Amino acid sequence: MDDFSRAGQRSNGPHANRRAWLLAAGGAALMPFGTLALAQSAPAASKNVANAVDGGAKAALLPYVGVEPPAATRLISLSGALTEIVYQLGAQSLLVGSDTTSNYPEAANRMPKVGYVRQLAAEGVLSLKPDVVIGTTEAGPPVVLQQIAQTRVAIALVQSDHSWDEVLRKIRLVGQATGRQAQAAQMAQDLQKEWDAVQALVRTTVAANRLPRALFVLSHSGTPQVAGQGTAGDALLRMGGASNVMQGFGGYRPLTAEAMAQAAPQVIVTTTQGVEAVGGEAKFWARPELALTPAYRNKALIALEASQLLGFGPRLPLAVRTLHQGLQAVQA
Amino acid sequence: MALLVLAAFVFAAGQGAFAIDAARLPAIAWSALQHWWQGGTDAGSTEQQVFAAIRAPRLVLGLAAGAGLGLAGALMQGLFRNPLADPGLIGVSSGAALAAAALIVMGALWFPSVPRSLGSWPLMLCAFTGGLVTTGLIYSLAQAGGGTRIGVMLLAGVAINALAMAGLGLLSFLSTDEQLRNLQLWLMGSLGGARWPVAIVACAVVAASALVAQRLAQPLNAIALGEAQASLMGVAVERTKRLAVIVAALVVGCITAACGMIGFIGLVAPHWVRLIAGPDHRVVLPASALLGAAMVVFADAFARTVVAPAELPLGVLTALVGVPLFLAMLRQFRRQL
Repeated sequence: MDDFSRAGQRSNGPHANRRAWLLAAGGAALMPFGTLALAQSAPAASKNVANAVDGGAKAALLPYVGVEPPAATRLISLSGALTEIVYQLGAQSLLVGSDTTSNYPEAANRMPKVGYVRQLAAEGVLSLKPDVVIGTTEAGPPVVLQQIAQTRVAIALVQSDHSWDEVLRKIRLVGQATGRQAQAAQMAQDLQKEWDAVQALVRTTVAANRLPRALFVLSHSGTPQVAGQGTAGDALLRMGGASNVMQGFGGYRPLTAEAMAQAAPQVIVTTTQGVEAVGGEAKFWARPELALTPAYRNKALIALEASQLLGFGPRLPLAVRTLHQGLQAVQA
Repeated sequence: MALLVLAAFVFAAGQGAFAIDAARLPAIAWSALQHWWQGGTDAGSTEQQVFAAIRAPRLVLGLAAGAGLGLAGALMQGLFRNPLADPGLIGVSSGAALAAAALIVMGALWFPSVPRSLGSWPLMLCAFTGGLVTTGLIYSLAQAGGGTRIGVMLLAGVAINALAMAGLGLLSFLSTDEQLRNLQLWLMGSLGGARWPVAIVACAVVAASALVAQRLAQPLNAIALGEAQASLMGVAVERTKRLAVIVAALVVGCITAACGMIGFIGLVAPHWVRLIAGPDHRVVLPASALLGAAMVVFADAFARTVVAPAELPLGVLTALVGVPLFLAMLRQFRRQL
């Protein structure tokens, strides 16, 4: 008896220790769940989360944002839209490399690619011996940009916030970097006129009708994702005069059938690449989640080329106009 | 083995997206060193800059990472007396990954006041701590009656790893596109973020661990005969286990924090050494470290050059290049196993 109790006491020490460990582990494991619950119960909070986190990642790039680049002799562009503007200004002879999102115009595909915009390598960029590197705050990882900046290469980035102003900032930046400020100013002015006309058009229809309930689907391969707040897709829907049915979360999320039925979009906006990837429009509509939506009944689908739609470059006014016309056709 | 490392080092130093003439390499390295010594702030020629600021720290970190992983792998296989044991088994890698992922995805929410100017240090610290905490958890789960049950530790390690992977899955589900991309890059491992302070810290940790590990060689040889036998021979079995776990956790935690997850090296380097040089830990421990270093430096040289000017993730490449070589080796020596 005495022996038993002593044995019990002796093993009490490690047991208490183990219990403390398990509690700590359980707590740690539950932490993400707590945050998940928070995100779901409070949409406003989750939006703040997304903004705060994005802001955090981008803040590391801040020293290069708003920098006025010197005129380049060997230029690298880390953004499809910037590359496009370089071509429009006729300065492509300066370009020695670009990222893999630079696929418009066609000629841009034949340039050396330094990798995906978020996955760059310092030596790769430097091997092309640039004197100026331009991009947006989507470029990264930050440490690679810091490594590049350690050498004598100038880096200038545009704040990416899915606004019309972003396009103007890009044009101004490319104008600086290519030494074609006057041409860039002219281009910005022309585009501004085009943009004002599109926005005036959207405003009149928006005032006269209820906004069509739209859903933005991004699917280049694999599971389709729908656009929540703070995404380029969301910004585009609003610019084109639609309301985004996906409210209450930030970023892109996979579709679920029930949420889709609940959201009841009247029209679906996506990219032509996405439609091609699944094998055409008929295949696109064959997804089971879509069958429960009002959009399915009318087969209301607007597909636009991805870089035009999401690149926030000089083709944005045209993209918004096309989108707007598509939306009106659906409503009529 | 040391020659192999040297060969890999020299080969890798000359390889890269940025072409540097191999013959001019010593001159460049020397002048970069002189430049640094004289405290010049204007930064020499571009070649010099690329070498001093980007490639050299990367090589050094690669050496440290490979050596540390090889060493930890040899320690774990010796301790568990199990050919499948690798440094990740005691939860360091998955714990570090989970902690890093938590910081990447939730960081701005949990610690909004941490200044951004710290760069990647908070992430490294977080990964390091995560690795150690997980190891501590697994180690304490295996305590029973004043001893460590190696079998329990093995199982606890597998279970905790699975839990961490589930947590990781959950976090990647919650993350935004940008975070997911960062997360995946981190998980695939890369030496691309190498900078001098990180490389030097990693080197110091690995060197210190190697010294401690060498003193564990003799006891591990004894443990290979069985724990009871070893304690009859006067080996402090419990102390050896504890030290081996601590050393492996420190070294792998530090390396995972610095360059993300680099799999396969820790598993394979010790086997390779044992196939060639036999099972004596006095040889296996240092030789695994050297072989691991050579493998990582070599693999990284490929990662940098194969798709230049872009770059492959290193963790993918170590397996892609290493596994076929390892299988060929197995085939050749299968009768001896």
